[in-house]
Amino acid sequence: MIDTLLSLAFLAQVLRIAVPYAFAALGGSITERSGIIDLAIEAKLLFGAFAAAAVGHGTGSAVAGIAAGMLAGMAVAALQVLCSVWLGANQVIVGIALNLLALGGTRFLLQLIFHEGANSPPAPSYGDAVLGNPLIWGAVLASLLIPLAVMRTRWGLRLRAAGDRPDALLAVGVAPGRARMHAALVGGLLSGAGGAQLSLVVGGFSADMSSGRGYIALTMVILSGWRPALAVVGCLVVALSEAIRIQLAGAWIPHELAPQLPFMLTLVVLMIAGGKGRQPPAALGK
Amino acid sequence: MNRHWEVLFDFARRPSSGTKREVQAALIALLLSLAFGSALMLVVGKSPATVWWAMLSRTATTPYVLGQVLYKATALVLTGLAVSVALDAGLFNIGGEAQLTAGVLACSVVGAALPASTPAIVALPICVLAAAAGGAAIGAAIGILRVTRQAHEVITSIMLNAIVAGMTLWIGNTVLFQGGTTRGPAIAPGAELSLLGLGGSPANAAVLLALAIVIVVWWLRARTTWGQAWLAVGRDVDAARSVGISVGRIQILVMTASGALAGLAATSFVLGHKHAFEEGLGRGMGFLGIAAALLGRAHPIGVGIASLVLAFLSTGGLAVSDLIPKELTEMLQGIVVLAIATAAPWVERNSEGAPA
Repeated sequence: MIDTLLSLAFLAQVLRIAVPYAFAALGGSITERSGIIDLAIEAKLLFGAFAAAAVGHGTGSAVAGIAAGMLAGMAVAALQVLCSVWLGANQVIVGIALNLLALGGTRFLLQLIFHEGANSPPAPSYGDAVLGNPLIWGAVLASLLIPLAVMRTRWGLRLRAAGDRPDALLAVGVAPGRARMHAALVGGLLSGAGGAQLSLVVGGFSADMSSGRGYIALTMVILSGWRPALAVVGCLVVALSEAIRIQLAGAWIPHELAPQLPFMLTLVVLMIAGGKGRQPPAALGK
Repeated sequence: MNRHWEVLFDFARRPSSGTKREVQAALIALLLSLAFGSALMLVVGKSPATVWWAMLSRTATTPYVLGQVLYKATALVLTGLAVSVALDAGLFNIGGEAQLTAGVLACSVVGAALPASTPAIVALPICVLAAAAGGAAIGAAIGILRVTRQAHEVITSIMLNAIVAGMTLWIGNTVLFQGGTTRGPAIAPGAELSLLGLGGSPANAAVLLALAIVIVVWWLRARTTWGQAWLAVGRDVDAARSVGISVGRIQILVMTASGALAGLAATSFVLGHKHAFEEGLGRGMGFLGIAAALLGRAHPIGVGIASLVLAFLSTGGLAVSDLIPKELTEMLQGIVVLAIATAAPWVERNSEGAPA
């Protein structure tokens, strides 16, 4: 067993599983740091996965698929910003609505474009490749650069100000709404890339293939105290436990409960430490 | 601008009372959703008028479809009220899925544990209470975490939705499911609710329970000090505290009651229709309850009407599945929520100066 867990193939598997979570958590961190509650990660993953598979199928190019997935994630973010920032709708409700919309919408598009109920026709697949999969490289790069960008650049300063002190941002002549929009759009691109990884690894889209990963990513964002680098570490732990579970097939925990482990862990942390220890951005949701 | 449009915008902009604003918001959201739905029908190459008419006429003239609408609405009223009473107190209970599933589990396990000879007068109340208690337990957990550990109820709700689904499946697989099926042991016959007999549809007597609950919630809200306290907490936590309301206690109580309401929806599924635990029973109704509560503007009567509308949209979609793909009406659910989320603040902004 130790041999399996130390092998290169196992490491590659952990990375592959971690990519959608990591992208989603990075996208979620940025969006939330700018003051928008990002419940719509699930929708961005799902539309991203669908667009990547559909365009990948149509063009035969996985790279075109990735681009389409990222754009789809950004489109969802644009709708989110339109409703919750510019039209003043409740951010939580908009997030839930977008998730519902993604669940029905991707199935509708599947029916409309491919006349299929549950699965898209085959798209290019990266399969087990690690070095050949640009999404894995992209995730590693983003995990290093995004935290730096949030903490060390003007853009990052503005997005944090939009989330913590929108009034201060306004006082120096920057519209908080614009800063939030920029942050959310970049966040959408990232989450969309996570969705592309979902469908381009298996080479096709299937209905509800994000299966709650967006919520797990959001959980990691919260658990990390809205620190993107730490959120990615959390995602790696989630991916590691998922990979171990696949290798050991239900040896140590019933298979029905295993996917819920990250949630249980977070709930225990909240029970012991409470929600106040991890400060959310001061103006989150306002 | 066309005169008709002016009338529409006048109607939307005119300063009005709170109730009128809520009705306006709901109607605008509904019209927006119908417009989106019509656009989607054009996309799939069908005339919206034909499809909507077929949906209406088939629902109205087929007892089976009418019964299906009623069956769905029964559960929706309860999960919708669950979200709505929490909203009243300023809490967002999106744990309806977990609470309903817990209700289904509790109701069916207790029902099956009763001796087969238990008379209805004993068996029914026990099973109904079990359903409520199952949901209440989850609601209470969310409320307690919120009040004592400052954990946001939306976050804990999401986690509990996933955890309860996993737990229930695990319990089903290990102890409940009978010989390779995903169905548990049957409940005592005395606990069964009778069908309404609408064309063989599963519409059952639980609809009366749902109606009674609508009235009870309305009465509590409008006529009791307890209801006033919970509305006060929702309006302004600090003001409520300053007049001596124990805010934390009210929040926990409301979340518990909210969970109980969502749990009660299990009665229609378990006691009225399936008569046993089944995997996935009632799934999706907890989430759709959010749409019912928002569209009903968190008013008990509004939630009742909204539940009927949403049940019609989703069941009517199945009735016209020869004309449009059923995914189209699935998509409409999300659009309804998005439309109401956007319409409500818009109406609010455009009627400034009106009394709140």
